[in-house]
Amino acid sequence: MTLLAAPAFQAPNLAYGRLSPLLIIFGVALVGVVVEAFAPRELRYQIQSLLALAGLVVAFISDVLVASSSPFSSSAGTGAFGGIEAQGAIAVDGPAMFVWGILLVMTLVSVLLVAERRLEGGLTAFAGQASALPGTEAEREASARGIEHTEVFPLVMFAVGGMMLFASANDFLTMFVGLEVFSLPLYLLCGLARRRRLISQEAAMKYFLLGAFSSAIFVYGIAMVYGFAGSFTFADVDNAISSRVGADGLLLLGMGLMGVGLLFKVSAAPFHSWTPDVYQGAPTAITAFMSACTKLAAFAALLRVFYVALGGARWDWQPVVWIVAIITMAVGSVIAITQTDIKRLLAYSTIAHTGFLLTAFAGAYQGTIVLTNQVSSLQAVLFYLVAYGFSSIGAFAVVTMVRDSSGEATHLSRWAGLGKESPVVAGAMALFLLSFAGIPLTSGFTSKWAVFTAAWEGGAWPLVIVAVVMSLVAAFFYIRIIVLMFFSDPVGEGPTVVLPSMLTSAVVTVGAAVTILLGVVPQPVLELARHAGEFVR
Amino acid sequence: MSGSSTSFPWLSVLALIPLAGSLVLLLLPRTGELVKHVAFGVTLAAFAVSVAVAVQFNTGGGFQFVDNYQWIKAFGVHYAVGVDGLGLVLVMLTTILTPVVVLASWHDAEEGRWSANAFFAWVLFLEGLSIGVFIATDVFLFYVLFEATLIPIYFLIGGFGGAQRSYAAVKFLLYSLFGGLLMLASIIGLYVVSSSSAHGPSYLLQDLMHVQMSQTTGRWLFLGFFIAFAIKAPMWPVHTWLPDAASEATPGTSVLLVSVLDKIGTFGMMRFCLGIFPEASHWATPVVMALGVFSVIYGALLAIGQNDIRRLIAYTSISHFGFIVLGIFAMTSQSQAGAALYMFNHGISTAALFLITGFLIARRGSKMISDFGGVEKSAPVLAGVFLLVGLSSLSLPGLSPFVSEFLVLAGTFTKSITAAAIATFGIVLAAIYILYMYQRTMTGPVRESTRRLPDLNLRELGAMAPLLVLLVVLGFFPRPALAAINPTVNSLLHHVGVTDPPPTVAQPAGTTHGGGLR
Repeated sequence: MTLLAAPAFQAPNLAYGRLSPLLIIFGVALVGVVVEAFAPRELRYQIQSLLALAGLVVAFISDVLVASSSPFSSSAGTGAFGGIEAQGAIAVDGPAMFVWGILLVMTLVSVLLVAERRLEGGLTAFAGQASALPGTEAEREASARGIEHTEVFPLVMFAVGGMMLFASANDFLTMFVGLEVFSLPLYLLCGLARRRRLISQEAAMKYFLLGAFSSAIFVYGIAMVYGFAGSFTFADVDNAISSRVGADGLLLLGMGLMGVGLLFKVSAAPFHSWTPDVYQGAPTAITAFMSACTKLAAFAALLRVFYVALGGARWDWQPVVWIVAIITMAVGSVIAITQTDIKRLLAYSTIAHTGFLLTAFAGAYQGTIVLTNQVSSLQAVLFYLVAYGFSSIGAFAVVTMVRDSSGEATHLSRWAGLGKESPVVAGAMALFLLSFAGIPLTSGFTSKWAVFTAAWEGGAWPLVIVAVVMSLVAAFFYIRIIVLMFFSDPVGEGPTVVLPSMLTSAVVTVGAAVTILLGVVPQPVLELARHAGEFVR
Repeated sequence: MSGSSTSFPWLSVLALIPLAGSLVLLLLPRTGELVKHVAFGVTLAAFAVSVAVAVQFNTGGGFQFVDNYQWIKAFGVHYAVGVDGLGLVLVMLTTILTPVVVLASWHDAEEGRWSANAFFAWVLFLEGLSIGVFIATDVFLFYVLFEATLIPIYFLIGGFGGAQRSYAAVKFLLYSLFGGLLMLASIIGLYVVSSSSAHGPSYLLQDLMHVQMSQTTGRWLFLGFFIAFAIKAPMWPVHTWLPDAASEATPGTSVLLVSVLDKIGTFGMMRFCLGIFPEASHWATPVVMALGVFSVIYGALLAIGQNDIRRLIAYTSISHFGFIVLGIFAMTSQSQAGAALYMFNHGISTAALFLITGFLIARRGSKMISDFGGVEKSAPVLAGVFLLVGLSSLSLPGLSPFVSEFLVLAGTFTKSITAAAIATFGIVLAAIYILYMYQRTMTGPVRESTRRLPDLNLRELGAMAPLLVLLVVLGFFPRPALAAINPTVNSLLHHVGVTDPPPTVAQPAGTTHGGGLR
């Protein structure tokens, strides 16, 4: 047989309809690159921003259409619906479609922040010419000429596309591709801040190096698990574990290494050290995007890997997750107390929230969700991420508005007396902080309740106790900011709240509205998360 | 009686009136007196509605004016409200005290960080939430409102008051949040317990009262609730936030804090600790009674040693809360009826004490006892009212706190002679701290600084009058309050499974069995 007589090429059978949300996003991202190449400079901002927004809206609509047309199948008895598409590479199941929808909405909100131009005097918050060295003539010239990097829009689209792929991957290779597709644009975006470019570039560098390490570790873990199971597909790994055919050592090592890679992305301690630096250095719009969307995608992937592929080995990984959850909560809550920069503080806060989410993950409570109303771990985590994401985007949107002559006034001392300067902005920030602290009638309370319940139902009640104590520690620093804003007198000139355009105002409004809505009437979203069912296997 | 809906949602309307009023206040102009008049009008309207509820209340027992709607299905949470005798008494306490506070605090908000609008809006907001706490019959709803009350009181303490107010507000908030979060853990535990029961997860009090749980689980969950309520009440050793908060806040805020909000602690012990965890309550009784007795003596001793009038009153409250807790956990019908009545009487008496000393302190500009002397010559009416209020605080027979304190001690006596005997010393100590304070501030030679203190004006008298009337009337005729309370107490004790110890002397004919005073 010669090489030329190889078997005929079999075209993969792709259900384009079901994959349409992914395809639309990647398509829009590619069109964005072309626009960057051919559209005149003065039109690019308008074209890119409208293209990105339109793409997100269309992708969201198609996601809703796919979700409402997917037949409900309880063949597995777990209430999973949807199916595995793209030759077994992508699981278009309930959780995936839920995550896609939420990712698209939260990205839409973040893109509004990215497109904001009034705060920087008519330019976006991204470097005019990222290649110019900070403080050089070239940089001054770029900003004087009003040059903007409109590439940020396609980059964000690639990132969200990668996240969607990451959250719905059904084998380890696809998952790794997703991981890289969303990570690389983020590394780049982190280094694009217009102000304080050195710290921004430092953040990008750190994020890139540590991210590359964690990706490598993740791949190493994949290799180990492949060695154990002989397959990349989640279902095959699950089968191999339940029949225990392979070598346990490989499985344990692979599980551990993959866990490190994923826990890095959700910024769990002790793999969290990049978070404060990156959150502080990145342009605030990107920080908002990362805090909401990266976390959601990474948690979805974490749950999928550990529940679907490694669920059979849960006795091996659960104790480790318990410990990681405790460390993460403690590190996030305690170190946040000493922070003096609002963005770093919110970064530690996000670490603490990762810890709270990990309690539900550790509980791994599946429930008999079809029959009763019990809150499952997956449902609780998804709900929490929705609630946290919107509050977080809102909080960072407020950060972009509090400014002095050098840009955003992120040092906490500059926030003193903000309540006098602008009661509305300070009030919105207070609402987000109260939500983070878990005060009732905000989304933070209902979502905390949900994850703690799922943890307890899964038998992780000691974690719930620790989480409750850590919530108090966390409440201390959230309240400290509220005290600072409302009860302290401004130092020196005091902060100014720059009036943003409709875009940022809309983001803050949406964030506040979701924070209150999910606190008062969480039932619809909880129901949606419940209806998403379990992962398809 | 539960599960049905009345034709008119009296209780929801009652809670909504002040909440809506607080929003209206924010829209009113920042200058002028209009905002105060509107605030006063809103509180009077709430009072009128609460009177309408009280008039329609049937003293036969059980929860009345019940409303029940599903709120969060996945959590088993309902919007469920209703009052029994205990709830009604505390709702009345709230609606009586808030107009009094508004009237008494007429000028207090002007030195605050924010406008008077903010002060009165927070007061009304707090009133609405407090009413909500007392009418909630769903544990989750109760918790949400319980925690939500922290926000207005935090801003009231932190925004309007003395130099250390920010510190006091944060200390108060952290203590309360700590208790609240422990309770949250217990509430999550309750969900897990109830979700495995036949009817699925439910936070309705009536469902939780009959849910099956193991002894160990019940005790742990009880502890979460009890510690939260003990911090709120406050009991020794988690009381230290109260003297700071009461000392720094304005008199009106102190009244709302000590007379209304702290009652949530003892109210919660009765309704939730005893109601949901009867076995664990029995188990904890010895320790809780010991803590109660200790609080009585400790609070009284520290009160004697205070030079700061407001801190002194705060410590007297710790002593009085010791009595209330003692009465609840002695678990006799007399002691519990006494404890429930004491919640009301202590609210009135302490409110009067905070307000009258507030007037005094505002006149002199100092809250130190050593800065006063001979006030009874320059301001005789003020001194007279002060004496009467002070006597009510030390439980002089003829004034209402006496009735409740007597019931508590008499009821406790049949369960534990030791506890009752030690607690009785609290009355003696009370006489010392009140009369000693009176002596140092009101009698003696007139000082230069107190020579020209003006006497009470009409507004201040108007604020004090309803409290004085209640102190005297309920001292002689406590029956209306007891008639509402007794059925609640009896059904609670029945639920807990306690019967009163048999009397050691023959009962005279005509005395109803198992009742307190009727």
